[in-house]
Amino acid sequence: MDWAFFVEVFVGGLLAGVMYALVALGFVLIYKASGVFNFAQGGMVFFAALTFVSLTERGWNFWLALAATLAVMIALGVAIERVVLRPLVNQPPITLFMATIGLSFVLEGLSQLLWGSQPHGLELGIPDVPIEWLARALNINVSQFDLFAAAVAGVLVAVLAVLFQKTRIGRALRAVADDHQAALAVGIPLQNIWAIVWGVAGFVALIAGLMWGVRNGVQYSLTFVVLKALPVLILGGFESIPGAIVGGLIIGASEKLAEVYLGPMVGGGIESWFAYVIALLFLLVRPQGLFGEKIIDRV
Amino acid sequence: MLYREAGQFKSTYAADQQIFPILQDRIGIALLLAAAFVVVPVFADQYWLSAILVPFLISALAALGLNILTGYAGQLSLGTAAFMAVGAFMAYNAQLRIPGMPIIGSFALGGLSAAAVGIVFGLPSLRIKGFYLAVATLACQFFVLWAINRIGWLSNYSSSGVIAAQKIVILGYVFDTPRDKYLLTLTIVSLMALAAKNLMRSETGRAFMAVRDMDVAASVIGIPIMKTKLLAFGISSFYCGVAGALYVYCYLGNVEPEAFTLDLSFRVLFMIIIGGVGSILGSFLGAGFIVLFPIFLNLASGWISHATGIDIPHAAVSNSEQIIFGGLIIFFLIVEPHGLAQLWRIAKEKLRLWPFPH
Repeated sequence: MDWAFFVEVFVGGLLAGVMYALVALGFVLIYKASGVFNFAQGGMVFFAALTFVSLTERGWNFWLALAATLAVMIALGVAIERVVLRPLVNQPPITLFMATIGLSFVLEGLSQLLWGSQPHGLELGIPDVPIEWLARALNINVSQFDLFAAAVAGVLVAVLAVLFQKTRIGRALRAVADDHQAALAVGIPLQNIWAIVWGVAGFVALIAGLMWGVRNGVQYSLTFVVLKALPVLILGGFESIPGAIVGGLIIGASEKLAEVYLGPMVGGGIESWFAYVIALLFLLVRPQGLFGEKIIDRV
Repeated sequence: MLYREAGQFKSTYAADQQIFPILQDRIGIALLLAAAFVVVPVFADQYWLSAILVPFLISALAALGLNILTGYAGQLSLGTAAFMAVGAFMAYNAQLRIPGMPIIGSFALGGLSAAAVGIVFGLPSLRIKGFYLAVATLACQFFVLWAINRIGWLSNYSSSGVIAAQKIVILGYVFDTPRDKYLLTLTIVSLMALAAKNLMRSETGRAFMAVRDMDVAASVIGIPIMKTKLLAFGISSFYCGVAGALYVYCYLGNVEPEAFTLDLSFRVLFMIIIGGVGSILGSFLGAGFIVLFPIFLNLASGWISHATGIDIPHAAVSNSEQIIFGGLIIFFLIVEPHGLAQLWRIAKEKLRLWPFPH
């Protein structure tokens, strides 16, 4: 067995997992704060990346385009809260879930209507090439960009953790996540909280969109990253931000290893479902995911 | 005045327990069935039969299947299309490999295979609940499609994975015109809808609903959770499997595994949400809406560009259609979260009181 190759695959998998986790974070945020399973996160990632790339291609400065896209995403988050969520307060979770699927249709259509449907390349100034000294010394290829993405994800998680655990807004968010009605009863402004959290989710979507955009180009298939993020999500637990990262690492590493070592045995192409099966096996042991809140059944 | 049950006395238990206890409902449903079986085949043209009515009926059957699982037994599933695919491919193989297999037998075998797959993938539901389960059923969706693509035996080693439906022959009669296929689909769907309606009023259906409303409480009053949940997965998948078989034999003719993507699962889920979760009628209303609406949108955009003389680019049209479709789903959920079936219930209430307001 070639250990250098194994390590390369493993590390590559971990870093790919970070990319999954970036998308899963957006889900966790919204689920934590509103109990909504937001399928439109993929649409938001796509919309953010496409808006950003279209603005830069029209000659906007990087930071200006970033700020403009961020503003658009926050406005979008507030608008979603206003138009979609507010009328659906206290509806069963499945209704809210379906509403977000409808929303993802709207977002995908809207992005392509506004900016066209041709694929774009995206450059952030960090080349997606192996780190030279590591490749030379140990013969292991690790992409520079992957490391950058991992650092970004780390910072993002730290910021979000502080936001949720240490601030007044974070406490309100957790209260809302626990119980809409009770939170309303103690005077937490539900609408504002949701607008904030959807705005933050828009920001996370933008980051994820930029990272994925560099990796795969900004195109319609970006909306499918949701399907990569879902197993990460159930593995880590819907309510846990660290869970998204840990889940991402586990899924990313095992998926890549399985693809390389197990894939050829069964004819390849297993990446479409392997992550789900891993997540499923984990769930059989811990039904609420690794870090999810324990489900207590009462009659 | 017309729709009122006053004066209709029930003197036997059988009369009291019938599916449609109100005379007007019975007349209404008889008229509807007569129209569907007699009037439609006589007057509808080929396009209506094969492009609108048959897919509507098949979708309704799939929606019915999902509704049994999600609406009645409360287990959210995103694997509907996979179960349909199993039904389609197994029906094809049964017809291909078992000599002298009657076509209805193949459909049933397709349904049963789907039920078996459904039960296997329903096993996690004993531990996992809610959205965790929904995502877990995605494993089924992706795994089954992968397996169908990989296992050449299933598609009789056709290089593209496409299967071509054999001729439908029942008792020597070949069903090959759109009208024949429509009638066959209609018969199967009506019978299965009747079966579902009855099943949901039986002990099994009540056990499903108890599990849906609160499974811990259901187990406390002595309902076997495992059996009930797996039965729900089995029955639901059977319906989806038969729908899948019909999809190939009566609608598409040739089908590749890619016809059964996650998108189809979502469409079926939309049908039950828009039609009404936990309602047989809702499955049909929802299917009608989801099947007809894109066709209507397409026509409407044609009219608009015709009337205004502006040639709208094709991409813009399809994108706007997507936006309108998504927007309308959100709109429906906001206006009537209980679906079209609820509108029908309200309308019935109003009709009974009419012409008085209260």
